[in-house]
Amino acid sequence: MDRMNWIELAYLIAALGFALSLKWMSQASTARRGVLAGEIGFGIAIVATLFWPGITGTGYILIAVALLIGSAIGVPLGLLVPMTAMPQRIALSHAFGGLAAGLIGIAHFFLEREHFSKFDLGVIGIEIALGMLVFTGSLMAAGKLQEWLPQRPIVYPLQNLVNAAVLAAALGLVIFQVFNPDQDWAVPAIAALGLVFGVFLIIPIGGADMPTVIALLNAYAGLSAAALGFVLDSKLLIVAGALDGASGLILAIIMCRAMNRSFSNVLFGAFGATDAVGSGTQEQGTYRSASVDEAADLMKIASSVVIVPGYGMAVAQAQHKVRELADALEKEGVDVRFAIHPVAGRMPGHMNVLLAEANVPYEQLLDMDEINSDFAQTDVVLVLGANDVVNPAARHDKGSPIYGMPILDVDKAQTIFVVKRSMRAGFAGIENELFFNEKTQMVFGDAKSVVAELTSEVTGQRDAIGL
Amino acid sequence: MSSDVIITSLFIFMLAAFVGFESIRRIPKLLHTPLMALTNALSAIALVISMVILGQGHTTYAQVLGFIAVVASSINLVGGFIITDRMLKMFKPRERAPKPGAGSEDGVA
Repeated sequence: MDRMNWIELAYLIAALGFALSLKWMSQASTARRGVLAGEIGFGIAIVATLFWPGITGTGYILIAVALLIGSAIGVPLGLLVPMTAMPQRIALSHAFGGLAAGLIGIAHFFLEREHFSKFDLGVIGIEIALGMLVFTGSLMAAGKLQEWLPQRPIVYPLQNLVNAAVLAAALGLVIFQVFNPDQDWAVPAIAALGLVFGVFLIIPIGGADMPTVIALLNAYAGLSAAALGFVLDSKLLIVAGALDGASGLILAIIMCRAMNRSFSNVLFGAFGATDAVGSGTQEQGTYRSASVDEAADLMKIASSVVIVPGYGMAVAQAQHKVRELADALEKEGVDVRFAIHPVAGRMPGHMNVLLAEANVPYEQLLDMDEINSDFAQTDVVLVLGANDVVNPAARHDKGSPIYGMPILDVDKAQTIFVVKRSMRAGFAGIENELFFNEKTQMVFGDAKSVVAELTSEVTGQRDAIGL
Repeated sequence: MSSDVIITSLFIFMLAAFVGFESIRRIPKLLHTPLMALTNALSAIALVISMVILGQGHTTYAQVLGFIAVVASSINLVGGFIITDRMLKMFKPRERAPKPGAGSEDGVA
């Protein structure tokens, strides 16, 4: 066996580590072991790569320097970013992955193009465009999530036509480059079009669609790594890329299903920007509002309370206060659970992470499918910053833009409290029927302060009686 | 690349994607964010090739691109693993003792 065979063998073990890491992620109890398996796999792959033939002395120094710089940025990025900023952190990380894949594709093209088959040339062209698209697309997504860019969809006339033209130009160039690999300008031009397309693709996508988009960018990043693997004949890259691509695709499908929408609708629909406003019937109806004391009193004597968190909870960073409220209610003997809609928040699993950060045990966090049948037996539901995912119009109003989207059936509960800043319509501009339901009472205010007041009402009164 | 190699690569891709689909399908929604952070770290795999291109340094052009790629993918790799673990550490089962007598060490006020 020569040296390359040993390296490939080490890569095989690394690939096994990656597969095991995904397998162990399937349970909260073994998930950290999964991370360890992935880390060991990566460690083996990196060490084995150091034995690659042809790496020069200066090469080793440069590798060491680059790894140190990357770690010096990566460690604080991993340790210091608050949990509430997780969606944009993940998007930013996708951007780095896309950039690396795209640049390496370009470098490899210029080094090896005379040895490339037509297949290689085609794949590497697509790979470069995909990597660059992930780079700018993820940066745009991160910018929107961080609110450096407006979260609402940015639309302009003929947008889809412009996007299609950019995409067609990129594909045309890839084909041109397959037959003219000696043209130096073609590959940089493909990269440039990829960069532009990434920006254009994300501009019209609204904040509420970010979970799907982040998952899709995850899948693209994986596919570009796999494409690189095809060109380089690197099985490790193919395996890791396929695992990553599969994961991103599954998450994107789950997100789309949870919104009853198709990929193309998410990517090209510019949800809520144009059509939603017109189709929402403007019969406002009357709503009832409740004071914090009234809400606290009712929750205290309830036997079961379900809290429905949404993006509003994340924005207000209210997760710790929510946990305190849940604890206070449990001390009163109330059964408290959390109902989590798959697209609540800005990334898959967003609410789960925030509540886990606030030390809510994960048995208390229930999926839509697990809790929906229980709402009829629930005394009080507290809706915190969630809107479209609890709108009963999704079940029956065929004219509603969210018709058909699976929702949390909170309207079946005895009493519903909705914490909201004001009566203005939600992100998608859709009027929420739930707010006008006769069992619903609005509690106006900032999620964090309302929850804090609720908690002190619940505990304060208990102390008064207890002492 | 010869067609043999392409076919082998397609086999590997297909089987890996299948393994990926089958294991990821079983991951509960609870863990979807850590899953995304983890696969994000895995997508930094371009690092190994970036290291080779940087290390061999055939042209300055390749070296510059390779350097940026190693930096970018190691940010992705290191940050991705750290953050996945940081998130998973927070996911705890219920530790409060529901029945009297069962010892619990919860120090949370």
